[in-house]
Amino acid sequence: MSKKIDARGLSCPQPVLLTLEELKRGDEKEIVVLVDTVTSRENVMRAASSKGCRVEGTESEEGGYKVVIRRN
Amino acid sequence: MKNFFATRWGIISVGAFIGVFAALLQKWGNPGNMGICVACFERDIAGAVGLHRAAVVQYLRPEIIGFVIGALIAAYLFKEFRPRAGSAPIVRFVLGVFAMIGALVFLGCPWQAVLRLAGGDGNAIFGILGLIGGVWIGTLFFKGGYNLGPTRSTYASVGWLLPLVMAGFLAFRLIFPPINEQAQNGILFYSLKGPGSMFAPLSVSLGIGAVIGFLAQRSRFCTMGAIRDFILFKQVHLLSGFVSLVIAAFITNWIVGQFHPGFTGQPVAHTMSIWNFGGMVVAGLAFALAGGCPGRQLFMAGEGDGDAAVFVLGMIVGAGFSHNFGLASSPAGVGPHGIAAVIVGLAVCLFIGFTMRKKA
Repeated sequence: MSKKIDARGLSCPQPVLLTLEELKRGDEKEIVVLVDTVTSRENVMRAASSKGCRVEGTESEEGGYKVVIRRN
Repeated sequence: MKNFFATRWGIISVGAFIGVFAALLQKWGNPGNMGICVACFERDIAGAVGLHRAAVVQYLRPEIIGFVIGALIAAYLFKEFRPRAGSAPIVRFVLGVFAMIGALVFLGCPWQAVLRLAGGDGNAIFGILGLIGGVWIGTLFFKGGYNLGPTRSTYASVGWLLPLVMAGFLAFRLIFPPINEQAQNGILFYSLKGPGSMFAPLSVSLGIGAVIGFLAQRSRFCTMGAIRDFILFKQVHLLSGFVSLVIAAFITNWIVGQFHPGFTGQPVAHTMSIWNFGGMVVAGLAFALAGGCPGRQLFMAGEGDGDAAVFVLGMIVGAGFSHNFGLASSPAGVGPHGIAAVIVGLAVCLFIGFTMRKKA
């Protein structure tokens, strides 16, 4: 199962806050974060990798960008 | 393609670039310890177009125009121009107004605070502490769910409006250039003395402004974000850029003989520590609640963010209130109503922070 966070339209620090909150609270192996600016994508990726997760950022088919975070 | 400027060394080099050229702009004609100050320069623009009539701070600063245009060019070149708007614009306007009012009680934006420090002005320490305090209060609101709501994608022309306003300002500057010993040319006001009368040549100011706008768009340089991310996430990414700015400006000032340590007699400064601190608490909190320092708001506006553009206009209008109502400080100390303005500004920011929360 993967958990999806839709942070599109939100500006920083909100996407990062939502991601970190999910990393702390949830237990899904995979978290998918949707954002709509490159800045948010970079920030979410930077925050998740600093927590020791593997991250991958791609364009999203729903518009904007998709960051896939996998716990180690 | 990897964006070098988004890496640690990228942001450090951008901070260093800003620090060096801010110090050099001062050498090339800008006022003392005010090579670049986003708040002061927007205040000078407000004076140039007559929104206030403080005679010593009127000049249509080309650096601000360059920031927006440079960011716009970078955003288009790297396909990052995203026209967006609709996240509580009226709140952003009000935050812009009080951010400016607070900054002008201290006499400077966050960039200016550290540039003053790098020039030896000890009063800046209280401003920087206030800035940190204000941003810290902001992080408490973020933890409590403060959120101005999402933006929406919109017409490209929405994102173009502030860059077009800036292009219009540039046209004014070219049509009505400063004339020696003349306080007005056409619709633009000019200062004959004081900080407003000191400026680097147009091409230098505009060119350096545009390069900084370009680099800052690529690197997401933000001084408020530097403090916020450190407090909120213990992240030092943006902070390393901010620190690099201070060090680079300090070294450059030292080399060109612009470092004069002390508290009294500093340029564009007063020595009322409590209000240097208090003014920046209000400004820092307003920047935090609006999601960016005044520089960052200009760069975001260049990327198509219509809400950031509203914040910028709020700051310019706020400068009008500041000087017309006697809220802004001068080297003699705080203005007649500056203290009241700090208290009202803090109350307004707290009202916004407490009431605009999304319930989980």
